Amino acid sequence: MLSKKVRSRIVILTFLLALAIAVVYGVLKSLEENVVYFFSPTELYNKEDIPFNKKIRVGGLVKDGSIINNQTSINFIVTDLNNEIIVSYKGSLPNLFSEGKGVVAEGKLKDKKYFIADKILAKHDENYMPPEVSKILKKTKE
Amino acid sequence: MFKNFFPNKILSFSNKLFSFLIVLMLLFVFVGLIYALFLSPPDFIQGDSVRIMYVHVPASFIALGCFGFMGIASICALIFKIKILPLMAKSLAPVGSVFALVSIVTGSLWGKPTWGTWWVWDARLTSMLILFIFYIAYISVWKFVDNYEKANRISSIIAIIGSLNLPVIKYSVDWWNTLHQSSSITLTSAPTIHYTMLIPLIIMLIGTILYTLIVFLMRYKTEIMKFKLDKRNKEN
Repeated sequence: MLSKKVRSRIVILTFLLALAIAVVYGVLKSLEENVVYFFSPTELYNKEDIPFNKKIRVGGLVKDGSIINNQTSINFIVTDLNNEIIVSYKGSLPNLFSEGKGVVAEGKLKDKKYFIADKILAKHDENYMPPEVSKILKKTKE
Repeated sequence: MFKNFFPNKILSFSNKLFSFLIVLMLLFVFVGLIYALFLSPPDFIQGDSVRIMYVHVPASFIALGCFGFMGIASICALIFKIKILPLMAKSLAPVGSVFALVSIVTGSLWGKPTWGTWWVWDARLTSMLILFIFYIAYISVWKFVDNYEKANRISSIIAIIGSLNLPVIKYSVDWWNTLHQSSSITLTSAPTIHYTMLIPLIIMLIGTILYTLIVFLMRYKTEIMKFKLDKRNKEN
């Protein structure tokens, strides 16, 4: 039904598309370290070649009750519910920064469990609801 | 038969139909904006800044959708040499590119009060910027390459390669750690967005789709007329 010309064009295009997909996949795979915006505490914990003097980002949830506000700096624990890391930071915080919420800290590792941040970003999740609904949800949870 | 059917049909599209579509679009956008800006509740964490979503999400949807269509049209155009397909893709590009820009700008405005930054190089934001660059490249080829056949071939290849970026944009938030949150509306599970916010979002989405359709039809009509005129000039 399809003419020879059309069929050969389909074959060529399919081949080129497959090649392009393979190239894109390869590039993204090899750049994975850079594509990932932040490491979770567990990923950092399991990482063999830990970059101590390089700027990296660590992300997770701010552990409940872990925020300690000194006059000069703020300390809190970032957790992914498996591993945690202490983050120390001086500077202003984004409005959405709070306990139990997502956070991404940018800075340098001092050791495997201690991170000195020079920038804090708040990460929020995909849940959207009115304040009243959230209150009701909280009540039913308790 | 199919080849001749489409162009003539679009040329006979009356102004009445356009007026009808425009009124319908304005109605949806008007109701949608009232609902989104005044009637819908603020978010329990983000407060009023969540209202940016009602523009940001439809804009992103259109930006991805238009390019996806351009990619499919370009593949079919290269294989089957159907003359109207490149014209369709060409007509979709400007409106798609504008919405890609709107998505990036509103996202940036939304990022500052919520994340604490205008821009980060995470996978979602970067891949969206790449989409915008592909739009610009696609439009530039049509603008600056004079030979029609050549422009058609190059732009089609750009559209096809750029389409490979679309699943990357869509799934970037699932494949990698990103600052951008993952999707609230998915095909597989219930939306994680409360219905008082979902309804205005859907109304705005329909309004935006109608707007895109109108701009597309107008451009497409012009492109067909231009194409026919060029052909006639060549014959004479």
